[in-house]
Amino acid sequence: MKVTLHIWRQSKPSTKDDFAQDGKMVRYELDHVSNDMSFLEMLDVLNEQLIKKGEEPVTFDHDCREGICGTCGVVVNGEPHGPESGTTTCQLHMRSFKDGAEIWVEPWRAAAFPVIKDLMVDRTALDRIVQAGAFVSVNTGAPQDANALPVPKADADKAFDAAACIGCGACVAACKNASSMLFVGAKVSHFVHLPQGRVERETRARNLVAAMDKEGFGNCTNQYECEAACPKDIPVRVIADLNREYLRAKVREEPANTKRIGGDG
Amino acid sequence: MKLDAKIPAGPVQEKWSNRKFELKLVNPANKRKYKVLVVGSGLAGASAAASLAELGYQVECFCFQDSPRRAHSIAAQGGINAAKNYRNDGDSIYRLFYDTVKGGDFRAREANVYRLAELSVNIIDQAVAQGVPFARDYGGMLDNRSFGGAQVSRTFYARGQTGQQLLLGAYTALARQIGLGTVKMFSRTEMLDVVIVDGHAKGIVVRDLVTGEARSHAGDAVVLATGGYGNVFYLSTNAKGCNVTATWRAHKRGAGFANPCYTQIHPTCIPVSGDHQSKLTLMSESLRNDGRVWVSKKQGDKRRPGEIPEDERDYYLERKYPSYGNLAPRDISSRAAKQVCDDGRGIGDTGLGVYLDFRDAIARLGKDAIAARYGNLFHMYAKITAEDPYSQPMRIFPAVHYTMGGLWVDYDLMSTVPGLFVLGEANFSDHGANRLGASALMQGLADGYFVIPYTIGGYLAGQKAGSVKADHPEFQRVAGGVVEMTKRLLSIQGKRTVDDFHKALGKIMWQKCGMARNEQGLKEALREIPALREEFWRDVRVLGGELSTNQSLEKAGRLADFLEFGELLCRDALERRESCGGHFREEWQTADGEALRDDEKFCHAAVWEYKGDVKNAVRHQEALAFENVHLAVRSYK
Ligand SMILES: Cc1cc2nc3c(=O)[nH]c(=O)nc-3n(C[C@H](O)[C@H](O)[C@H](O)COP(=O)(O)OP(=O)(O)OC[C@H]3O[C@@H](n4cnc5c(N)ncnc54)[C@H](O)[C@@H]3O)c2cc1C
Ligand code: FES
Repeated sequence: MKVTLHIWRQSKPSTKDDFAQDGKMVRYELDHVSNDMSFLEMLDVLNEQLIKKGEEPVTFDHDCREGICGTCGVVVNGEPHGPESGTTTCQLHMRSFKDGAEIWVEPWRAAAFPVIKDLMVDRTALDRIVQAGAFVSVNTGAPQDANALPVPKADADKAFDAAACIGCGACVAACKNASSMLFVGAKVSHFVHLPQGRVERETRARNLVAAMDKEGFGNCTNQYECEAACPKDIPVRVIADLNREYLRAKVREEPANTKRIGGDG
Repeated sequence: MKLDAKIPAGPVQEKWSNRKFELKLVNPANKRKYKVLVVGSGLAGASAAASLAELGYQVECFCFQDSPRRAHSIAAQGGINAAKNYRNDGDSIYRLFYDTVKGGDFRAREANVYRLAELSVNIIDQAVAQGVPFARDYGGMLDNRSFGGAQVSRTFYARGQTGQQLLLGAYTALARQIGLGTVKMFSRTEMLDVVIVDGHAKGIVVRDLVTGEARSHAGDAVVLATGGYGNVFYLSTNAKGCNVTATWRAHKRGAGFANPCYTQIHPTCIPVSGDHQSKLTLMSESLRNDGRVWVSKKQGDKRRPGEIPEDERDYYLERKYPSYGNLAPRDISSRAAKQVCDDGRGIGDTGLGVYLDFRDAIARLGKDAIAARYGNLFHMYAKITAEDPYSQPMRIFPAVHYTMGGLWVDYDLMSTVPGLFVLGEANFSDHGANRLGASALMQGLADGYFVIPYTIGGYLAGQKAGSVKADHPEFQRVAGGVVEMTKRLLSIQGKRTVDDFHKALGKIMWQKCGMARNEQGLKEALREIPALREEFWRDVRVLGGELSTNQSLEKAGRLADFLEFGELLCRDALERRESCGGHFREEWQTADGEALRDDEKFCHAAVWEYKGDVKNAVRHQEALAFENVHLAVRSYK
């Protein structure tokens, strides 16, 4: 099949004052696209042709190409990771498009995700949020036997559902406020459903929310676009978990010595 | 090249305790004076970086992805072994040790494997303490499943995303240290050389993948945890960025490379669909707990699977290996698949495939139970093939998956270059000629959490902290070489793309050094690879600039290394005149097509020393002694 692509090309990294730099949508025609190709393989084919013509190939992030590393991610026709639900860009296949389709491809758009080049963005803000407290403070050593503390299956499953987040940032890209609440909620929800994670629940909730605000992510106004865009189907109930945990932490006295367990990154 | 494995004295059960006691310690107050550079943030690198920082060392950690959480370990699906014996089914540290030595076809070092089995139990404890959400049963206890090459249920798992959950455990431990300022993280940074001063590894030269700048980092020791080299075959189950660059460049600076020909071809991957294919997708071995592998008894049978009656199906693994059945080890299952396809009984348009069928398991346990166990894998399969594995069998075929070979290390995980340690898939140590499923995660984490924190102290205690700084002339010399290579790649401006060359290399490797190898094919490959390399340096086209983000340039640098390394891999395969594990030489097989080892001549690790050119590399040997698990023909019948 044949497709027409409109791809965001930007040669220089965004700065605070000039986010878009020389960026613009560029049109490409691509023939002989097969149904079995993944979306990224289609971009590979385009890049091979561009190189042969002497044009710089399109820069885009990717690695595992099987929907688990969270590296890939572009906005396809206005939707992060494209039209299929529960699917990362690397798992999207060209059979989801019709012959002759026009496809618009853009990078994640959020103030907290500056563009590095073309479709590649800087998502290190998400790492910094994790560094602020999305962990259990346990050193490598000799912890108790793994089965010493039974965890009800229902709790373990809830923790798992949240821990399935691949940190791709689609939730932020989908949100009109560029909020990272689904991501942060997933961290909080993962740990709060496990006994190992509950010890630090209050400091964690406080520190993560502070880090998220500092990074310039917006607020959640219950649009639920994040849930729809999430390739791992992280449910919005994790945002409820986050709100509840944050409130709980607020109403409790903050002991001075547990402040900022993880430093402020 | 001197190969002293430094295996501790004493019975195998006491070696690690003995070694830990012998190792010199670094005084806690002095630890912060030492800086350790950890390259890689997968299971091995992240666990090492976090644990070393917790001990008080200054750590710098590097990865080429945009976040340490995205290391390729994230993609591991099936599970991790540990000799917990929670199932009361007769497991023990000794049995895990035994299975792993046997599974590796008697080509691993016993002492290392025993330590691995011993540490396996601590890994699960550590991971659970970090909040890793392993699968649990209704009593709230940890659940297990079986993997190939074992008759006990010792594999811990987290749905089909075990690697992701374990890596997130290690990554969060690392993130905590980054937040505390004890680890400095450099993501989107690629190591391009090791700097050796007075015979010791004292630093690395990296390229910042955003700005393109080459930079020097000095330290008191360097730890490479950079993963495997499966992408030398172009198509593999590895992530696109996986490469041999870090270990290859260390090899060129003096680190011995062991057993490069030991590559693992995984039996259950989604078959190739066309020329555009950029990678292959694994379907976890855990599926063989419930899936049955079969082809038609008839050659060229074009009927749909549902139309082939039961008595016309050949469940060939169950037939040939009745005691292990569908859970026969990977090398054996892959070869068996190749044999039925060579016999003209392969399925699908290409005839390169076999069925993995869940019909009976769904009838026995119900669709929901199967979905709970493998839902995400079935989903992934359906996405890629547009077929529903609940109602028709999966089509699968073997694909390159894992590399047992790697930089040679002694018992302390130090390479032949003092101060250069190698962990995880990047080293050669524990899996011999074939890795059993669910044991790579175990090894990476054992190396990072529980081995290196001890052994690196033994080395550092004898070194003066901070003795070499990044302004040492050797850094300038090495960095100059790195920049020169970059400029050279950009200056060729030929006609063929990097991917085009990579595909060509992959084809040679797969056809002549893949699932089956023979002298003639290997000799052809040894002519074709240098010719391709020569053409690459004459005709590759890399566009874009040096001092900016340039993915083509990154790929070109990695491929340049693969084009050298591939030749060494084939040389190693040629020189190993026996069949063992994943290395199958057609000249050495039994009457029924099983691998035929030659213990008299080849019961050793082959360790290559670089001598200015791959052609001149010298082959050394580390003899392997089997004092506990006695050398025997490996049988899964
Ligand atoms: C699809 C798949 C499924 C698997 N499933 C299982 C399983 O179920 N059980 C099991 O036990 N094993 C499994 N394995 C194998 C296992 O996942 C790997 O062997 C293991 O995770 C490797 O870990 P590692 O830490 O050694 O390397 P990796 O996780 O590959 O990490 C390598 C790190 O090195 C960095 N790096 C590499 N080169 C450079 C460089 N030049 N400069 C800077 N950084 C660099 C990367 O950025 C990355 O951080 C699977 C493998 C695959 C491919
Ligand atoms: S490339 Fe890993 S999730 Fe898409």
